[in-house]
This record gives sequence, C-alpha cells and structure tokens, in this order.
Amino acid sequence: MSGDFSLWVYLAGTPLLWLTVTLTSYVLADRIAVATGRHPIANPVLITVVLVGTVLAVTGTPYPTYFEGAQFVHFLLGPATVVLAMPLYERRATVLRALVPMLAALLAGAATTLAVVIVLARLLDIPQPILISLAPKSVTSGVAMGIAEALGGDPTLTAILVILTGIIGAILVTPMMNLLRIRDMRARGFAAGLAAHGIGTARAFQVSETAGTFAGIAMGLNAFLTAILAPLALHLLF
Amino acid sequence: MIASLALILLAQLVGEVLARGAGVPIPGPVIGMGLMFGFLLLRDSRIGLPRILPKPLVDGTLETTARGLLMNLSLMFVPAGVGVVGRLDLLRAQGLKLAIVLVVSTALSLLVTVLVFRAVASRVERRRPDGEA
Repeated sequence: MSGDFSLWVYLAGTPLLWLTVTLTSYVLADRIAVATGRHPIANPVLITVVLVGTVLAVTGTPYPTYFEGAQFVHFLLGPATVVLAMPLYERRATVLRALVPMLAALLAGAATTLAVVIVLARLLDIPQPILISLAPKSVTSGVAMGIAEALGGDPTLTAILVILTGIIGAILVTPMMNLLRIRDMRARGFAAGLAAHGIGTARAFQVSETAGTFAGIAMGLNAFLTAILAPLALHLLF
Repeated sequence: MIASLALILLAQLVGEVLARGAGVPIPGPVIGMGLMFGFLLLRDSRIGLPRILPKPLVDGTLETTARGLLMNLSLMFVPAGVGVVGRLDLLRAQGLKLAIVLVVSTALSLLVTVLVFRAVASRVERRRPDGEA
C-alpha cells in the first residue's frame, strides 16, 4: 500500500501526470463536442475544465501543483496568437476590403461592452474593486489583467471573469447569429473575437476559417482599444 | 517543424521585447503576429528571400504547424480555465450578480458588434459589391 502511495506522491508532483490529464480530458471533451455536431453548449473548454476540475477535487490536488504541469499547454497561447498571422495573410485581400466596417464595429462594440458592464454593475450594487476587475473582461487575459491592475482592480479575479466571458460568448455566438439570420462569416467572427477574445476565436475557427480570421483580428484590436477606453469609461460613468 | 517553431517563438520574443520596451498596451504575442505577417509578405515578394531560408519555412511546413496550433486553440485555455474551479468561493458571494453582468454584457457586445459591422459593410459594399467572404 505504501508503495502505491509513494508512486502517487511522485507522479502528482511531475508535469507528466497533469499534462496527461489535461490532454486526455481535452481529447475526450473534443469527442463529446464532435458527437453533438459541435453544438455550442458542448464547448470543449468548458467540458475539459469540468473534467480536470473534477480530477483535482477528487485527488485533493492544489491548483498550483496542477499548473506546474499544465503550464506547458498554457505557454502555447503565445505561439498560437503569433500564427493567427497565417489565416490573416492568406485572406489579406478580404480583410483589407472590410477595413471600414471592422473599425466601426470595433469602436461600437468596445464602447458598448464597457458602458453596459459599468452601468449594470452599478445598478446591481457590485462593490467598486469588483466592478473595476469586470471592466476589461472581454479582452484577452494577459492585457485584461494589466488593465485591471493599473486601475486598482484584482487581476486574479479579472482572469477568472475573462475566461467565463469567453465561454459564455463562445456558447452564445452561434445561436444568436443564426437567430439574427446573419450569414456574413466576417461579421460573425469579428463579433466573436471582440466579445469573447481567444475562446470566441477558437469557436469561430470551428465554424469557418474566415470567421476565425476576423475573430483573431477583433481580439487584437479590442485589446488595444479597451486598454485606452477602460480608464476613460470608468472616469465618466463612475 | 523545428525551424517553424523557432521562427514562431522568435516572432513572439521580439514582440515581447518591443511591448515591454515601449510600454505599449499591446500584448507581445499580438506584435509577434504582426511580425509574422511581415515575414510572410517578405517571403512571398520577389526579392528572392526563399533561397536563403530553411526549407521548412517555404515548403508549407510552417503553414501546417500554424494550422495545427490554431485547430487546438481551445486546449490552451484549459490551464487558466481550471483556475476558475479553484476560486469558486470568490465567485459565490457575488455569483448571481456577476452572472447577470457577464451574460447580458457579452450578448449585447456580440449584438452591437455584428449589427454595426453589417450596417457599415452593406453601405460600403453597395458601391463595390465584392465583400462576400
């Protein structure tokens, strides 16, 4: 018995175990998503998080131990952002033609997000530090955390709100766009990337490569614009 | 494969250095995306860069590596996402209110963005009817 236990103690501390758990859970989640015909509710990020979260809860593994192993997967977010240049390059003519609608949608979308978040949070009496942490929630996590910290919010809370926003956006986008009868994949993708950053972009790539390309652009542009607008909006609406 | 990864990491590294150095609010990887875009433009221009580049960067291996990463973008949000499970206590206190704010604002954000995009696009493209993606 004690032999088994020492094997567990050894494995639980190595990246091997938590990498394997992460990848296996993802493969399983992806199979579930495919089995539902990639139904929006069967979001692969959501399913994988629930699976891994359950394993951690059952084994009593603290999150930092898990992250020690899973950080290799987390690291790939950077390179994956860099290679968004590839679909962008292949569709550069389409993107260039859509420059005016993109900039208009960017301004309108970023301003709406900030205004709705701040006004709604005030109406609901959400305490100020949490409100500040909420403001940049549609922006990709690294930048959002920076914005929250600069304004006096809680960056850890922001990271959580960013991930939740991404999952909510990725689940909402397809049914909403179908309901609105919008078939323009450029517009659909751009909205997904603006409202739900990388998780929305991942969803957009599942639907169409054009949608994914525009989602990636929206994610990058919104990170930039919200960093400028968030302090202004908090000042004006507070 | 390795040459492609090296190029991708190099773009990210230079992007990170530029972002930190200039203190701009753009994340390093996003600047890296711009640099990679510039590389692709240069590679396919007529200045003869392909002859001195490692073969994997011109024979489609770079494209395959990129596609492989993008196909599995969802996976990369898992480690950060699992952090949510660890902080459920933090969310519990304000849970319902936060849920309302997140769902309503995300839905409105999607709605306004897509409607403005379509409204402006149909106005601009009536003159140049070539916007079909």
